[in-house]
Amino acid sequence: MRRPKKYESGEATQYISRRAALRKLQLSLNDFRRLCILKGVYPREPKHRRRAQKGSSEIKVLYHSKDIRFLLHEPIVWTLRDYKIFAKKTGRDRAIKDFRNLKRRLALFPEIKLDHIVKERYPTFIDALKDLDDCLTLMFLFSTFPSLHLIPREQSNLCRRLTIEFLHYIIASKSLRKVFISIKGYYFQAEIKGQKVNWIVPHYYPFKPQSRQEVDFKVMSIFVEFFTIMLGFTNFRLFHGLNMAYPPQFPSNMLQDSEDTFKDESSFVSDRIAALNFELLRTDKVQEDEEDIDIDIDMDLLEQDGDSKRIIKMKQEAQETARLRTLFKGLKFYINREVPREPLVIIIRSFGGKVSWDSSVFAGATFDENDETITHQIVDRPSVSTQYISRDYIQPQWLFDCVNQRQLLPTNKYFMGESLPPHLSPFVDAKRDTYIPPEEKALHDPSLIETHAQSDDESEDEAAAEEDDVDQEALDAQLQLAYQQETAEYKKYGDADGVNEDEEDTDEYLEEEQSEEGSEEEEEEEEVDEKTKRLQAEKEKMSVQSGKVHKVNKRQLHKAEVDEHRLQARMVKPRHRDLFRKLIREKQSKEKEQWLLKKKRRNIEADAKEAKKQAKRDARKAAAAAAQAAAQLTK
Amino acid sequence: MAKKAAIKRKVKEIQPKKEQEIAAEESDSENEDLLQPIKDPGEDTTDDEGIDQEYQSDSSEELEFESDDEGNYLGKKNKEEQSGDDSESVEEDSESSEDEKPASVKDDGPSSSNKTITKTLQAIAESVRDPSKPEYEDSDTSDEEDIRNTVGNIPMHWYDEYKHIGYDWDAKKIVKPPKGDQIDDFLRKIEDPNFWRTVKDPQTGQEVLLTDEDIALIKRINSARIPNPEHNEYEPWIDWFTSEVEKMPIKNVPDHKRSFLPSVSEKKKVSRMVHALKMGWMKTSEEVEREKQAKRGPKFYMLWETDTSREHMRRIHDPVSAPKRDLPGHAESYNPPPEYLFDAKETKEWLKLKDEPHKRKLHFMPQKFKSLREVPAYSRYLRERFLRCLDLYLCPRAKRVKLNIDAEYLIPKLPSPRDLQPFPTVESMVYRGHTDLVRSVSVEPKGEYMVSGSDDKTVKIWEISTGRCIRTIDTEDVVRCVAWCPNSKLSIIAVATGSRLLLINPKVGDKLIIKKTDDLLAESPNLDVIDNERIKTAVQWANADTQEQEKGVRVVITHFKPIRQVTWHGRGDYLATVMPEGANRSALIHQLSKRRSQIPFSKSKGLVQCVLFHPVKPCFFVATQHNIRIYDLVKQELIKKLLTNSKWISGMSIHPKGDNLLVSTYDKKMLWFDLDLSTKPYQTMRLHRNAVRSVAFHLRYPLFASGSDDQAVIVSHGMVYNDLLQNPLIVPLKKLQTHEKRDEFGVLDVNWHPVQPWVFSTGADCTIRLYT
Repeated sequence: MRRPKKYESGEATQYISRRAALRKLQLSLNDFRRLCILKGVYPREPKHRRRAQKGSSEIKVLYHSKDIRFLLHEPIVWTLRDYKIFAKKTGRDRAIKDFRNLKRRLALFPEIKLDHIVKERYPTFIDALKDLDDCLTLMFLFSTFPSLHLIPREQSNLCRRLTIEFLHYIIASKSLRKVFISIKGYYFQAEIKGQKVNWIVPHYYPFKPQSRQEVDFKVMSIFVEFFTIMLGFTNFRLFHGLNMAYPPQFPSNMLQDSEDTFKDESSFVSDRIAALNFELLRTDKVQEDEEDIDIDIDMDLLEQDGDSKRIIKMKQEAQETARLRTLFKGLKFYINREVPREPLVIIIRSFGGKVSWDSSVFAGATFDENDETITHQIVDRPSVSTQYISRDYIQPQWLFDCVNQRQLLPTNKYFMGESLPPHLSPFVDAKRDTYIPPEEKALHDPSLIETHAQSDDESEDEAAAEEDDVDQEALDAQLQLAYQQETAEYKKYGDADGVNEDEEDTDEYLEEEQSEEGSEEEEEEEEVDEKTKRLQAEKEKMSVQSGKVHKVNKRQLHKAEVDEHRLQARMVKPRHRDLFRKLIREKQSKEKEQWLLKKKRRNIEADAKEAKKQAKRDARKAAAAAAQAAAQLTK
Repeated sequence: MAKKAAIKRKVKEIQPKKEQEIAAEESDSENEDLLQPIKDPGEDTTDDEGIDQEYQSDSSEELEFESDDEGNYLGKKNKEEQSGDDSESVEEDSESSEDEKPASVKDDGPSSSNKTITKTLQAIAESVRDPSKPEYEDSDTSDEEDIRNTVGNIPMHWYDEYKHIGYDWDAKKIVKPPKGDQIDDFLRKIEDPNFWRTVKDPQTGQEVLLTDEDIALIKRINSARIPNPEHNEYEPWIDWFTSEVEKMPIKNVPDHKRSFLPSVSEKKKVSRMVHALKMGWMKTSEEVEREKQAKRGPKFYMLWETDTSREHMRRIHDPVSAPKRDLPGHAESYNPPPEYLFDAKETKEWLKLKDEPHKRKLHFMPQKFKSLREVPAYSRYLRERFLRCLDLYLCPRAKRVKLNIDAEYLIPKLPSPRDLQPFPTVESMVYRGHTDLVRSVSVEPKGEYMVSGSDDKTVKIWEISTGRCIRTIDTEDVVRCVAWCPNSKLSIIAVATGSRLLLINPKVGDKLIIKKTDDLLAESPNLDVIDNERIKTAVQWANADTQEQEKGVRVVITHFKPIRQVTWHGRGDYLATVMPEGANRSALIHQLSKRRSQIPFSKSKGLVQCVLFHPVKPCFFVATQHNIRIYDLVKQELIKKLLTNSKWISGMSIHPKGDNLLVSTYDKKMLWFDLDLSTKPYQTMRLHRNAVRSVAFHLRYPLFASGSDDQAVIVSHGMVYNDLLQNPLIVPLKKLQTHEKRDEFGVLDVNWHPVQPWVFSTGADCTIRLYT
């Protein structure tokens, strides 16, 4: 029996370097790149690189040899070779000025057909939906591109068509779930057939000339070549799923791919948006009410199925989405011309609202500004000359926040010219163990806002009291106030105090644990603690205490606890030690980040409060001065 | 050439006028007929002949221009026309005129106005010379006749330096006319009434007097009007080629017959085409265009029949889908909460990491905008999309299991220390008195007294409960090790000081025992066995001298090298000493009752660190730097070799039941050996942060303690079960860290109280501490 040589079997034969692949496929590097992008073939990371590279330890690009063998049977490889021949022949014709032949050849340009590749890369429709993120993001970017050397007009035009069709589907199926304005663009999340599909629409106008080192448009263009086909087929199926005709029919004046629209960028964009403001032709006449009924039935089904946590959660989600679908129903929006319309139109229309804009500036408006039934006018400027009393003038962030919270928020914080509340990302996990800003906490627990406000008021009162303590009457008032607070506090925490002192040990212990876990509750407890502390301090100032209870040194206790934990941590198995250290380091850095954010927030709030106080003091001084002056005058 | 063209044009413009004049003068009957309709076309437009005539006259006009090159031909033509055989010449003329037209149009090309004026002046000057004489009467053409000077079209200033200005036809110099000075000019200006209309011909230098017509012409040209004042720009339009179909043919000749018959060859061609169209071999241009249109762009159809069904197709091997991009957090918002914005320090740090962007905590700088309209396009958006594309097709993929566990999960689940009490938790006593680091401590078997040995060359005996130092015994050398005899019926302390081993009666506790011990040690037994030379040179037994007797020293065993460690056998008759420098005689076993020493090993297996007697079996543990060897003392053979896999062993301790051994090493580790299980450690503990100096098992409780250079004593629970199937349980319980640090040393020795769960530790800070 022949003794097998080294690297004749096993991992070394599983992988093939790029160079070898090129030789095997007899393609140039450019063609190979194109083939890989279109077919979705990517390099693999071997388990043992050295073994896979037949002993060499430098890092090579390795492909799975089965993938390369698979590429060998691909029909488009022949098309790629035909391109080469085509280029050679046309080049010759051009050189010898044989224009008749050239014309004939140009007519016979070998077209690449990608339909089968879509099917092969995404065997089920759900697979295609799962992989739609990159596709949509890139297509939305390309749909705004001007005609470039490497990106023909037809391509960006097709992108534009397909993305609009997709948006129409989103509007018609009401599947938008989350929206977010980031500094990079507008993030959208839709739920299509149970798959979460995210995409970004860049802020206008994203195109800038780039150097080749920075961005190679050729590569992106090849991606888009595939993505257009993929999105086209996906759209087709999605539209048919909703019983809508595909390709969708737009009003004749919309979306004409005439030369004018290509030349004029602004009309190009405005057409694109205008197209979104029209209902699409349906192949059947389904009423919207029916869909609602469907949901109700689902809810009933859910209710029958017991009360396990998952069911409850699902139920909640279903309710939320049901609420979301009709969020803007019956509302009429008018968009001022300084507001970016595209994202707003998508949001408003997919949640049942009606929308229009200045018909004299952009096409596609459905009603005028002086329509009295408009409920909201979206403005993004500090003031408007003519205002109607029948509508709210709000800033665009209101829409986004409403959608993310699944309810119509009070508009007072979003009025024209107001400084807006922070815009929070809907994509963060509410139960994560990192820093959670107070605004987000307030979303999940509305009671927190009130406590904040209350404490603010109290502290202000306190401050005021402190300042007035020269005044005898004020002093009395203060005493009274303190007494009231004390009694109130006694009522609230009277029974809790007793427990506290007895079980301080365990409480502390719990608190320690919580602080280590960095959970939410700890925050609350701290707040409560602060409050009690303050009240305690006041109490001590005011009243005489009878006896002293033995106090356990908290610090020492904590230290002992930490020591014990540390000792236990030293018992981690040697094979886990590195991992353990890494995890601990990560945790620490996370905690540090959290602490930093918390500190910053505290400082900011303190500064704001100080400024407020200063302003108040100044106002009071001014008032006092004025009163004095008045008194002198009367004298 | 341009000049010539300009002249030609001038001529053309002037000519009609002349012609009219000529026509008027000649008053030929036919001519009159011809010209009349031009002047007022309203008279008879319907007259066919008239139209024909006009045609002719028009063409004749054109023909005159032709004459420029052809000389006399023109005159003949004119005469022919005048003779008036019309009908035949019509066709030819019309053809020629058609040919001519483009040429004439070409001539009318634009030229700069300044030049044209001087040129017109020239032309006019020439034409003016003999206005009464028609040009055509001359034998020569107008152009040639004008040019007297033969130098051609050159800048005339080349002749400025010469007296002549060129050459005439006879090659004679044309002399420049005398040029008066300025005064002459002035005088002429005053005297000559025609001075203002006198022009100098640049070609010949002759003076030319302009006529009134010329001046009028110049004025018209200057004011950009048509030079001919009689030309009417707004003449009524005459529809020469009427669109109405005439009933009668214009020509007299009837069409040929074949023009009425269909062509056979054409018919064949057509039928072939029709057939090709029918068969679809040929397409109309419309069809071709439509097909092209339809072909452009991809066609979409229902690719997937259902959402989840999967058609069996060859796919790439073991597909790994690319991970999705992270979704944005609050920091990426256009209006984030204020704490997410960078302060100056963070900004600086962010900018500093420009070359290593992966080290930044965020890949972008958070920004806040007051309103949506102020948000610009993100400058790196394209780049980010491009990088994602690169990732998709260039990044190697593999399936990896990502560990998503909490760090706490990796800590083994051990019982809580609360449940494993009692164990020492607090420092309760500090024994001070030594002036140098305390090397060793040992407790009396009953647990009332304690002995310690220090580098200050003293041994101190302490009462444990009060912390009182009962006795201090000075020795002559550094005390390396002290060991109280474990037999409670004897009161002996073995003290290793320098190279001497002292057996001391501490004289504390039961008087009877003290007395008994003294008696026992007083007399040396008779030795019937003769020691060999090897032992004799290594060890000498002797009774202590009187001075030392007073201190309590009873027996002195002098070794040939400094002793490092001394340890008792459980029964108190045997004790073993270690001399690291002793080579193959480094470990010795002494028998007290027979006052005899043995050297168990003939060969050195390495640098012996410490030795230990097995509590139950006749076994002897010897620890060298790396390994531990277990010898059977009865059979005198090696039983086992334990592999510690550590650099340097510092000490060891055996579990009272004798099946488990604890080893401390200078490389921070403690090793737990289960002697029944394996020669490799059952568990390696890294509880200390620095070299571990000593370990000790408690005799009663399942506890052990370790002391280390990091000044900590760590008490652990080490439970050994009787059930052989159950592994020992090891739980670290308490870290006691009260010793102070002196020159890199912390705790040097630990020892347990024989009865109570109390631990003693000696430190480099000259103290002994008791933890209870």
